[in-house]
Amino acid sequence: MTEPLEPTSGQPEQKRYGRGLFLATMAGGLSSLVWGKSVWGHVSKAIAPVEAFVPLVPSGGWRIYTVSGSMPTFDPATWRLSVGGQVEEPVSLSYEELRSLPRVSEVSTFHCVTGWTVTNVRWGGVRIADVLARARPLPEAAALQFVSAERPYVDYLTVQQASLQDVMLAYEMDGKPLPREHGAPLRLVIPEMYGYKNVKWLSQVNLVSAVQDGYWEALGYDRDAWVGHSNGYGAAPAQQPRARGV
Amino acid sequence: MSRYVRRFSRTERLLHWANALGFFVLLSSGLMLYLPSLAVLIGRRPLVKDIHFWSGIGWVTVLALIVLLGDRRGLLRTARELDAFDSDDLRWLRGKRAPQGRFNAGQKVNATLTAAFTLLFLVSGLLLWLGERDTRFRFASTVVLHDGLMYVSVVLLVGHLYLALIYPATRHALRGMTVGTVDEEWAERHHAKWKPE
Repeated sequence: MTEPLEPTSGQPEQKRYGRGLFLATMAGGLSSLVWGKSVWGHVSKAIAPVEAFVPLVPSGGWRIYTVSGSMPTFDPATWRLSVGGQVEEPVSLSYEELRSLPRVSEVSTFHCVTGWTVTNVRWGGVRIADVLARARPLPEAAALQFVSAERPYVDYLTVQQASLQDVMLAYEMDGKPLPREHGAPLRLVIPEMYGYKNVKWLSQVNLVSAVQDGYWEALGYDRDAWVGHSNGYGAAPAQQPRARGV
Repeated sequence: MSRYVRRFSRTERLLHWANALGFFVLLSSGLMLYLPSLAVLIGRRPLVKDIHFWSGIGWVTVLALIVLLGDRRGLLRTARELDAFDSDDLRWLRGKRAPQGRFNAGQKVNATLTAAFTLLFLVSGLLLWLGERDTRFRFASTVVLHDGLMYVSVVLLVGHLYLALIYPATRHALRGMTVGTVDEEWAERHHAKWKPE
């Protein structure tokens, strides 16, 4: 290690900048585990005007996560959303029937538990209460099971969580029919919780007596996936967000 | 007739090509996970995830084995060369013409960043994998670091490929990384301070 470097020219003085660069890069990279997301947030804001014309980040920052070998396909002629479980009358809605329910829209931010975020997502769809109305949930029903056509993906919300202000079943995203990779034709949207609760390719909503582990919860994720207050990102919230009311 | 001088040892070349092969496998499988259009086209995310993860483990294992079983003394000498910057190197980095050793200053910077990035890819990749299994390993910025490394690496790679394959004055260097030797006159022009053995 102490072997002197061979003089290679008339200017023998050599600085060990290589190791400095190596250590500085390592320090910058490792410390970015602390500051990376907030800096990236500022960068995203700064490049937003350019992004409107030239997409710099692929697909507006979305990543497509799936758990099975292939994505479900959507055929408007045969697709049904079934509502069952603890209800007075199980129903099965066609895509057309779903679209005939009162339409609601909202703009919200989508947070993935792995750290990425997409702001200002424009959703269009229906309120869960309007979908449940025809089936008439029984009094003992305390939770909802959301079953995806992508087997075996499933997740649950309490009735109270499903009644939060901006929870909806979305069939439109950013002014267009929900794209296949985002769960066409219908997905759950609950902006207060991380993306894994926002079940894609929704095929069934079942009323059940209690919340159980969904797909990711069975692998160790939190059932109550509050953004910034679950899954290791801070303590659970003192009180749950305000519900819209029954 | 041209005379050729040895520029890269077998261990150095093996290390370079193992790194290149691993990087391309990881870049392509990583883009299948990262880019929505590719993710839709290819599907089979759990399989692609497994390929990406195990390729990453294989990549660093092979690199470590080459270092351990190869010409360690030679690699140490190379590391010292990459570490040392003289006033000519600094002038070269400022865009001035200056005589260079076996590595020019740009190659020193590229090699150093590549080594650091390999370790940072490994750390952030392991954190992503572990974070999916245990929230103690989950940081909101891990994915930013892993993706950021990819973006900077691709920029470095494009520059590297341009100089190695296309730019007429430098593409002869590719021969040094394939068969190990380069033309002596070319070496004198581009690496005047290098004294081949």
